[in-house]
Amino acid sequence: MGTLQSSAGHPLYTELSEKTGFSAEQIAVLHKRFKQLSHNEDILRRQHFDEIPDLSCNPIRSQITEAFFDKRNFSRSNEGKVNEIGFEEFLLVMSHFRPPSQSMTQEQRENVRREKLRFLFNMHDTDNDGTITLEEYRHVVEELLSRSGALEKETAKSIADAAMLEVASISVGHMEPDEFYEGITFEHFLKLLDGFEIESKMSIRFLNVDATTLCK
Amino acid sequence: MGRGGSVRFWIFGSMLLIGVWGQEPKSERHDEHGGGSNVSGISIVSLEWEYVEPPYLVALWILVCFLCKLVIEANHHVTEFIPESALLICSGFILGGMIWGADKVQTFRLTPYDFFHYFLPPIILDTGYSMPNKLFFTNLGGILIHAIIGTCWNAASLGLSLWGCQIGGAMGDLNVGLLQYLLFGSLIAAVDPVAVLAVFEQVHVNEVLFIMVFGESLLNDGVTVVLFNVFNAFVTLGGPRINAAEIIKGIISFFVVAFGGSLVGFVFGLLFALLSRCTKNIQIIEPGFLFILGYLAYLTAEMLSLSAILSIVFFGVCCQKYINANMDENSVRTMKCAVKVFANGAETMIFVFLGISAIDKSIWVWNTGFVLLTLLFILIYRFMGVFFLTWFMNLTRLVPIDYTDQVIMSYGGLRGAVAYGLAVMLDEAKIEEKKLMVSTTLIVVYFTVILQGVTMKPLVKWLKVKRAASAEKTLIEKVQNRAFEHILVAIEDISGQKGNNYLRNKWFKFEENWMSRILLRPSVRERQDKVFNVFHQLNLKDAMSYVVEGERRGSLEFIRNESAFVDFKKKFGEDMTMSMPDIMADMSDDRSAASSTRKESVPSVSLEVHEQAMRGTRAAEGLDSHHLLQQHLYKGRKQHRHRYSRSHFDINKDENEIQEIFQRTMKSRLESFKSGKMGVAPPKTITKHTRKEQQQKLQNKKSKSRLSGDEDFEFSEGDSASGYDTSFPVRGGYRPGAGIENPAFMPDVDLPLQIPPWLEDVDSVAPSQRAQVRLPWTPSNLRRLSPLRISTRSSDSFNLAEAPGDHQDDQLPPPPTPPPHRDGDVV
Repeated sequence: MGTLQSSAGHPLYTELSEKTGFSAEQIAVLHKRFKQLSHNEDILRRQHFDEIPDLSCNPIRSQITEAFFDKRNFSRSNEGKVNEIGFEEFLLVMSHFRPPSQSMTQEQRENVRREKLRFLFNMHDTDNDGTITLEEYRHVVEELLSRSGALEKETAKSIADAAMLEVASISVGHMEPDEFYEGITFEHFLKLLDGFEIESKMSIRFLNVDATTLCK
Repeated sequence: MGRGGSVRFWIFGSMLLIGVWGQEPKSERHDEHGGGSNVSGISIVSLEWEYVEPPYLVALWILVCFLCKLVIEANHHVTEFIPESALLICSGFILGGMIWGADKVQTFRLTPYDFFHYFLPPIILDTGYSMPNKLFFTNLGGILIHAIIGTCWNAASLGLSLWGCQIGGAMGDLNVGLLQYLLFGSLIAAVDPVAVLAVFEQVHVNEVLFIMVFGESLLNDGVTVVLFNVFNAFVTLGGPRINAAEIIKGIISFFVVAFGGSLVGFVFGLLFALLSRCTKNIQIIEPGFLFILGYLAYLTAEMLSLSAILSIVFFGVCCQKYINANMDENSVRTMKCAVKVFANGAETMIFVFLGISAIDKSIWVWNTGFVLLTLLFILIYRFMGVFFLTWFMNLTRLVPIDYTDQVIMSYGGLRGAVAYGLAVMLDEAKIEEKKLMVSTTLIVVYFTVILQGVTMKPLVKWLKVKRAASAEKTLIEKVQNRAFEHILVAIEDISGQKGNNYLRNKWFKFEENWMSRILLRPSVRERQDKVFNVFHQLNLKDAMSYVVEGERRGSLEFIRNESAFVDFKKKFGEDMTMSMPDIMADMSDDRSAASSTRKESVPSVSLEVHEQAMRGTRAAEGLDSHHLLQQHLYKGRKQHRHRYSRSHFDINKDENEIQEIFQRTMKSRLESFKSGKMGVAPPKTITKHTRKEQQQKLQNKKSKSRLSGDEDFEFSEGDSASGYDTSFPVRGGYRPGAGIENPAFMPDVDLPLQIPPWLEDVDSVAPSQRAQVRLPWTPSNLRRLSPLRISTRSSDSFNLAEAPGDHQDDQLPPPPTPPPHRDGDVV
């Protein structure tokens, strides 16, 4: 631990810090966690995520895991999946969850918000065609509800359908009977979650201190 | 105008009271007199005022207070600027003035005993029971910091500063020691939940700000009680005898009082939750448990000299989820309403009595320095405390509380009846300046409630404080919320942080695995899912608005497809709409053959969703014959008996009776609807068509077992000509034929829906004839629906509604353009 703390001034860290906005201490903590997850290797694979015990009971863990291997979350232009990620990618994904700093201007805040929502949108939009189709949305709802065993698949499905109806009525308004709602585009997605206090709902506090010893 | 009216009301109310008092001595005399001399004579009417005096006065006072509120609320222009609590206090002044004028002495005042035993518990119970739990617990840290440290700071700083000022000579000659100043500080330090709630409910600030102020006001009670008791004991002991041991005892007692009180509340709450698992058979009184157990929790804590407020708050917080789930929907609604009635009533009375208490010469002692300095210090130290503590909290908060919010938090530090109650409880033998303290407390209360209350709204506007977001939850928001929760937990897991989300997740799991298992009825546990609940709520709302809209238009018209129409069938219709085309095809064939005259498509009453959901498996033949039999065998119209029962709500359980009423209602409703909508289409055609349809469908059924539910289709058949196909107004319901039980509708399954077959009533002559007669004057048909609507409930009104219809038969002209083939069909 001491060695890691002292390596906070490592040139790699300052570079990463500029890229992701994490402080050097936070990066050091996350790096340690990364090593712990990857069993001291330089890359993380999907099975490493499967080994996290606390994650195993998360209903949408597969989606979250996928998000870490999704190129869209590393930089804007890329598409597709990778099979292993390095520490930099790990940090880049993590950086979506940084709380916005207090000194931000309104415009910056808006950008942060967009970024966070984009991440979420990408998570739902599994085939990367720019819309969340009903099929995809159903999948999300099914997984979300899968933990509360009593609800059957059919219920989840109809909830998803109802939500989709709602989306259609909010974002498009009146539709002719023969019109077909393609799915949620990102613009609609932004509009839908307009009232959301995304800053608090998609941010976690990254500690400067190392707490990984508590984790299995 | 409104003011004039209110004054009149007040005068009326108090005249009533004064009138009663005026009679008081007379009646006494009368009693003595009558009792003494006329032993043998029987007085036919005797005025037993003394006998009923206490409850009578109580009831009268409650009435007067409620009337005050009624008058105040009658004028929205006033309440928009001045909070209701301030107006109530003012009306209390006026009432007090009238009493003073009549009696020359203040006969009524708020005694601490009444306040703490009768007025306060219902208010706090309401806050606990309707507490937004998640919000409360996520901000619990900040609330506790403010409630504990903030209150101590307020008390200490005020006491010390006043003492310093006295030494400095700012207040003249007062016989008050440091300890007494601290005692005074401790009683006036606490922010009052009643006052805060009354003001903040009207300004609609954002929820975090609200819960910070409100939560603080609730939880600081524990601190206040302890501080008050400790300093009271210290004052009794006297300065020199206080040593370290006593102080440590005081600090320990704080923890005991606060946590003990909360514990008592928790225990009672859990007991209640357990109890509510098995109150199914006494549904009529199960809401009463909330009040009785809550009050017991309060009194138990009081008895053990623990914090009673904390006890009843946590009672409500703890049990709300479980009892709301366990109990019947009606009981829950009763509880929610009753708790509000009590709380709002008690609050009204508190404020009125706070006003009345002021009009009493005997309590007022004025000391300009003391009063003004107290006001000044209260305000200043509140601001200092809040800003410092919030700065400290913001170091760790994810979303910091900004400065405008802090200003409102500080400014929202209203003092109220709790402080007054404590001040009155001071012992005059030990504290010579008790009167000064009481009157200062009153001034502080008036200042904060009236002045700060009035200025709160403009201040909130001026500072542009974030207002509460419109709380209407859409389904997608709920789903996203759920997704966020899981994502955050996952990211914390992955990154190895142990944050709030981690803890919350652990708690949820514990709650789900243990608490719910023990405290919830098994049948209820399955339905415990937030997303599903919203789904259910939305469904209910849809159904309601559907019915309302339908009634507004005079019929159960299909209305939803105007707003949003998603044709899922196009892409995802594989498994859910397979059965539909067949039916539709059948119908359209049938329709074109049987009723070519009908051009305008009539929207369908798509109630088959319910129908299918509940009876998808029953055999159609049996059902049909059953209905046929019932239709023909049961003809007698029973007298409607309104059975009185203390333990049951339901008026009329005779299924046949209800069915008869329902059928007749629906029949006439449909007829008028049809004649109104289609103008020329003869009802007879439809009836016949239905029959044909039925036969066809029976055949269908034999061939396709999948169409298990379609015998219900004739329910909407009567006016089914709409081209409406796959999308139903009810969410999630557009999958007919798939046989899915939509759980959202399970509770809605009601008897009336079980009888589609008014249409099968081919042989009953009267309706169809009448309907024909009615055809020409379609516009007025709508009017007739209103009596008919009532008629589902009682056959009496049904008769009334029916009678004019029959009567009109004679007078009405025949239809101008009767469709040619109609008469042949009429039996």
